[in-house]
Amino acid sequence: MSDYRVLPGPEHFLPPAAASMGIRLPNPGEAHINGVITSEDKAYEEAARQFLMAKVPTVFPGPLVLWAWNEKAAKKATAVRHLFNTLKECVQPGQKPMLIPMPDYRPKYPKINPEVEINPNHPNLTIWHNKIDCCMFIGVHCHQANLSLKIIRGGTSCYTIAMCAQAGHEDAMLSFRDASVEKIMRLADTVKRLKGTVQPRLTSAKNGASS
Amino acid sequence: MSKERIQISEALYDIMPSDYQDLVKSATYGKEDRGWKDIGTSKELIEQHSLCAGCPESMAFRYILASLPNPEDTVMVGSTGCTSLVFPMVAVHNIHSLFGNQNAIASGLKRALGVRFPGRVKDVVVLAGDGATVDIGLDMTLQAWFRQEKFTTICFDNELYANTGGQESGLMQKGFVAKMAPVGKLFDKVRLPEIARESGCHYVVNCTVSKPSLVEKVIRNAVHVAREIGPTYLQLYTPCILEIGKNSMEGLQEMRDSEKPTERFAYKEYISEPAKQLLAELAAKDKERKAAAKQLAGQASA
Repeated sequence: MSDYRVLPGPEHFLPPAAASMGIRLPNPGEAHINGVITSEDKAYEEAARQFLMAKVPTVFPGPLVLWAWNEKAAKKATAVRHLFNTLKECVQPGQKPMLIPMPDYRPKYPKINPEVEINPNHPNLTIWHNKIDCCMFIGVHCHQANLSLKIIRGGTSCYTIAMCAQAGHEDAMLSFRDASVEKIMRLADTVKRLKGTVQPRLTSAKNGASS
Repeated sequence: MSKERIQISEALYDIMPSDYQDLVKSATYGKEDRGWKDIGTSKELIEQHSLCAGCPESMAFRYILASLPNPEDTVMVGSTGCTSLVFPMVAVHNIHSLFGNQNAIASGLKRALGVRFPGRVKDVVVLAGDGATVDIGLDMTLQAWFRQEKFTTICFDNELYANTGGQESGLMQKGFVAKMAPVGKLFDKVRLPEIARESGCHYVVNCTVSKPSLVEKVIRNAVHVAREIGPTYLQLYTPCILEIGKNSMEGLQEMRDSEKPTERFAYKEYISEPAKQLLAELAAKDKERKAAAKQLAGQASA
């Protein structure tokens, strides 16, 4: 097993792909935390804890849930909204949950508006602008998610979670696999259950994403 | 085809940037008689772009995107150049090809779409600059025409390599001195419209984009002929105002000056016999449809 750990950055300008450092993807029913394979139960707890600790916990829904291209996608979108609403209910004063879409993968010139969207080619802009210190990707195609997760790890201190519908993301600090409506709802339930038990990082000098 | 296919998930509708909401609400996907007159009353298929202020290429993009007869089932193939800065802001499927490869990519794409969607009309439109079409990609351009590939090739002719500072291109006028071509062009502008005709294109037009109604007509004709008969080619003058020493407001006048009867962009059109027949049939059908619609409107108001 690799000694490499997928940790919040900023790692450096071109962080290695975690796969090239020996990090492997979880099997069905598993997840990974920092590149170490773990049970899904533990991952729900950790993801919920990270959300509740963060000053600006953020969900980034991608095109696969933003567009109702089939019934399942629309249901997942409803679950994502439920998770965000739960986060809003469970955070303490001073914490600011956000829901920012990734509607397009193409690099936008002259610029994106980081207040309203995130782009996989420069996700750091949105993270820096909104001082996001924990985020979750959902409904983003694998290759674009991997690209973004690496850029975020390279240039920010943001904690990244991937709620992946396929085999998971080794470049995220925490990754689920086979994402479903039930899994998103379970994460929301875990956030609700841990409400009040986690101390937010509001006073830390290092909170928020750094450049 | 219609915009029913592209709904935003209701639960996340409010967080979608407004340009995407507008595309779903009021873009003209699926509208049968869409055209440049929709500009201003519906969402255009082009968002903020990074072309220079007053760039005629941006006008051309707006008119072309407003005029495509079937945008929801159209794939555009672009190439390196100023156009490649615009495609990320275009709400039509598009592929960026390697410099000059656009007609080869489009050939494969058109065939693959025919296999994948046998019962559906899928249009392919190449849009590239003069460097990609006439210099670096001339081989691919001509070979696609020789093979009678059924797609439209549009060349945005600004008569030099504008994106890289003004180098000489094959479509530059003889004697023209550019920033990066100080000696002046030593030979004539390549006569690609004539070459296109001789290479098997069924509909060829050489014009400027000063008149939106004209752009609409030639785009619709070119796409319809390409869909049914064979390759079509449009050479549209989109001058680079920076590289020819003009101001932002002078692009339109430059095009008007260049389309006078004795100038190099005087309107020239070639239509093959099968294409003439097809366009006549389409015009007759259109006339019938409009007459029927008028009659229906008259009955409704009576």
